[in-house]
Order: sequence, then C-alpha cells, then structure tokens
Amino acid sequence: MAAAEEVAKAAERRDVRDRWLLSAPALLVILLAATGPLLIVLVYSFLTPGAYGDVKWQFSPDAWISVFMERDIFDDTLSLAAAHVTIFWRSIKLAVVTTLATLALGFPTAYFMATRSEKTRDLWLFLITIPFWTNLLIRTFAVLQIIRNEGIINTILLKLGIISAPIQILYTDTAILIGMAYVYLPLMVLPIYASMEKLDFRLVEAGYDLYATRFKVLRKIIFPLVKPGVIAGSILVFIPALGAYVTPVVLGGGKNMMLSNLIELQFGQGRNWPLGSALSITVMVIVMLALLAYVRNAGKSGVRHG
Amino acid sequence: MASNFSIKHQPGFTTIAATCFVVLYLPIIVLVLYAFNAASSTSEWGGFSLRWFQSAYQNTQVIDATLRSFQIGAIAAVLSTIFATMAALATTRTAPYPGLTFKYAAINQPLMVPEIVTGVALLIFFSRIKIFTGYSGLGYLIAAHTAFCIPFAYLPIRARLENMDLTLERAAADLYATPWKTFRRITLPLLWPGILAGLMLAFVISLDDVVITEFVKSGGQDTLPTYMLGQIRRGVTPEINAISTAFLLLSVAIVTLFFFVSRKRD
Repeated sequence: MAAAEEVAKAAERRDVRDRWLLSAPALLVILLAATGPLLIVLVYSFLTPGAYGDVKWQFSPDAWISVFMERDIFDDTLSLAAAHVTIFWRSIKLAVVTTLATLALGFPTAYFMATRSEKTRDLWLFLITIPFWTNLLIRTFAVLQIIRNEGIINTILLKLGIISAPIQILYTDTAILIGMAYVYLPLMVLPIYASMEKLDFRLVEAGYDLYATRFKVLRKIIFPLVKPGVIAGSILVFIPALGAYVTPVVLGGGKNMMLSNLIELQFGQGRNWPLGSALSITVMVIVMLALLAYVRNAGKSGVRHG
Repeated sequence: MASNFSIKHQPGFTTIAATCFVVLYLPIIVLVLYAFNAASSTSEWGGFSLRWFQSAYQNTQVIDATLRSFQIGAIAAVLSTIFATMAALATTRTAPYPGLTFKYAAINQPLMVPEIVTGVALLIFFSRIKIFTGYSGLGYLIAAHTAFCIPFAYLPIRARLENMDLTLERAAADLYATPWKTFRRITLPLLWPGILAGLMLAFVISLDDVVITEFVKSGGQDTLPTYMLGQIRRGVTPEINAISTAFLLLSVAIVTLFFFVSRKRD
C-alpha cells in the first residue's frame, strides 16, 4: 500500500519535473529578452547619466527627482517640471478619452455583431479581425492621409463650400485621439463581443416581460452581464494607448509629445538614460495600477481566470 | 404589435455599428486607391498607374528591409511556436501544480508591459551585451521578437489543447506506445491546427512590430515597418502607399488563412 503511494508520488514528481523542463525554453527566452531587462531599467534609473549617453556607475536619485521636478540651475531649488507634468497629463488624458471613445463605439458594434444570426456572425467577426491584425503603422498612415489638409475630409468639405480653408486636424491632440481610437477600436470590440456572444437573451426577455424600458434592459441586464468584456477591452485599449509611440509620431508631428516620445528623447538627443529609465518605470507603475484595478474588479464580478 | 417587438433591438446601435465598419475600412480603401495613382502627390488623382509599385520594387532599401523583416519574422515565428507548444503542453491538461500560476504569468508577461518600456529595457540590456561581446548582428532582433511572439503563439495552441481530452493518449499508452510515439502519432496531428494558427499569428506580430524593433536595431538593420516610419516622418510619397498595399495584401492573406485554420473543428 505504502509502496504504491510512493510510486504514485514519484510519478507525480517526475511529471512536474518534465513539465518544468518543457516550459524552460519559453520561460528562459522571456526572462532574457523581455522580463529580466526590466530590472536593469530599474537599476539604471538610479545612476548618473554619461556624457555621451549610457550611464556612469554612480548612485544618484536625480533621475527620479526630475521625473516631476526640475532643479533651478542658479539657486538649486526644486520646482514642478511643467513640461513633464504636461506630457503626463496629456498622455493619461488621451489614453482615457481614447478608451471612452472606443467603448462608446465598440459596445454597440459588439452588440450588433452578437445579435446577428449564427451564420453571419463569423463574417462580422472576420471583418473586425482584419484591421486587428493589420499593421498598426499602416492604419495610422491611412488615417494621416484622410485627415491631412489635402486629405479627403478637407477636400470634400472645401468642394461642398462648407469651409473656406482646410481645417488643421493633423499635428494636434485631436489627430492623435482620432488615430488611437481608430487603431485600437478592434481591441475594444473583440473582448466585449466574446462576452456578448454568451449572453442569454432569455434574461432580456424576462426584463421586457417585467415592463422594463429598452434603456433599463441595457443598463440593468445587458451591461452587468458583459461587464467583464468591457473591463478587459478597456484595459486592452488603455495600456497601449498610454504607451503609444507610433500614433503621436505620425499624427502628432513631434510637437505633441506623449510619454513614449519623451522617453525616446532621453535615449536620443536628451542623452539622459537614467531619466528615460525612471520615466519608463513610471509608465509601468501606472499600467500595473490599471491592471490591479482590473483584477480586483473582475474578482468582484465573480469571473474566473484560467 | 407583439410580433414586431424585437427583444434584441437597441435604438441607434445598428447605426453606430455600421458607421464603425465603414470608418474602419474607408481609410484603408483610400490608402490602397492612392497606391495606384499616377500623380506624384497624394492629394490629386492623376489616373491609374503601377509606377509606385515599380519604384518600390526597384528601391533596394525597400527590398532589403522586406527581406530582413521576413527573415526575422520567419525565425522568430518558428522558434516562438516551438517554445510555445512545449510550454502549452506543460501547462494544460493537468491538476494544478506548484509554479503553474507563475508560468501563466511569466508567459503572458510581455503582453502586460507597454512596448515602449520593453524597447527601452532591451536597448539598455543589449547595448551592454554589445560592448561585452562585440556582436551586433540580427540575433538581438530575433531574440526580442521571439520573446514577444511567445504569448501570441501560446494562445491558440493552449486553446486547442484544452479542447483535447487525454483519452486517445491514454489509449495509445495502454497499447504500449512510447511517450514520444504517442506525441508524434496522436498529440501532434490533433494539435496541428493550433500550432499552425500560432505560427501565423507569431509571424504577423513579428512583421508588424515597430516600437521594439526601433529601439533594438543597430544601424542598417531597418525592417519594413521601421523603414516606412522613417519615410513617413520625412514626408509622404505615394511609394509608401504602394508598399503599404502590398503589406496589407500579405496580412489579409495570412489572417484569412488563420481564420480558417483556427475555425476548423474536427
């Protein structure tokens, strides 16, 4: 009896060991070329910038101080770094507005898709998947051609005589917003659709039987049931929107910097790698907080994750 | 009256959805149309022409970048799919064991970090290694791409595995098949659609990457997306439309294939 137990235990141990061996290559590559280097960023954020980029191995908290503060060169007093605060504020604001805009557009779209017949649903899903897997740079470039002064929007409005001079959309925050909402919309639609597809419409019917209005059914029955999808979609849009690099470069035209452009600057002309590192960690922390809020919220609504 | 009442209807939703689909495709259609424009500016229509495709084809920088993209994408896709398959086998169809949650978290970690942060981290890490070893080839880009492709390749493979029960494998073992033979003859053929889907997904993800590549690449290591970004920064020429169109065509072809492979249920 005891021997059989021993054998079973040994088999289990072997199984676990084999499973670790099998996953080792994937874990190793991710550790070396994704997760591990993040720790080096943390170390670098506490060092002194080198004269030609890189760092001097000398401890300094300056990078962290200058994330939000700037030191006066004459009297060494600290004050709020207005430029950085502006960029932080713009990034967070644009990311939040993008998330809300994609939610306002994506929710009805997902609902529309989920209420189609079984057969056509796959077609709609396919139509939303194509932009999702199409190069983000190309899609941003497509938006650029639409909203530019010589673009289709301005040309049509000019021809119709609605405006007399082209509206300057490109190289503004609005352009970044339009671009981000455009490229991240599928990221919002897909998870909401996944929740919506499983929606039991008998519950909706029950709501109507109890004299609920359309809006009440939407607010009290449909929305709570697909909330996990809504939260997942919001996270999927918010994270890349906060760290967006391509969209502000292409549509914001260098002047309207977002966090990622500020970070890039430190590793280029700024030659302040520690500050760039400290800023990167700050972005990470914001993202982690958002994820934490997500996990807590998802836990509350009783959704299991596998 | 009652028969006209649709419980699925919500006012305005169909209009918004229709608008979304039109808006999603309109810019892409315009972009493709202008790739066939004979005029040298992208603001006027000068008739149909293939001249921009021709000029892109004759541009050695474009061809070099394209080949480099394919090379990195192919190697990274194959490696990440192999690793992801192994990891998926190790993390599915089992009772929870110590470290399982850690593995999920570790494999999905690249998805949780903004690309810019990973890009910066790799820039720092690889620049150290470059100084240390003197090697500055494509290996860095391949390593970076392999790492961030793993979670994408892992998704469809794991999904497929979770829908396969262990009955057939157990039957094979009962018939004295070695573990390797069971894997070759039973698991692999059943898992194949998932692996193929993972491979295509990884390839597309690698091909699309701009941010991490932009930070990791050394001089003269432009991939097609980073080359295009550089050109767009400098100003717009219809040649970019032509390259984008060709790129789009390839992506759509892969996505269509992916869609059919991953939808196939047997």
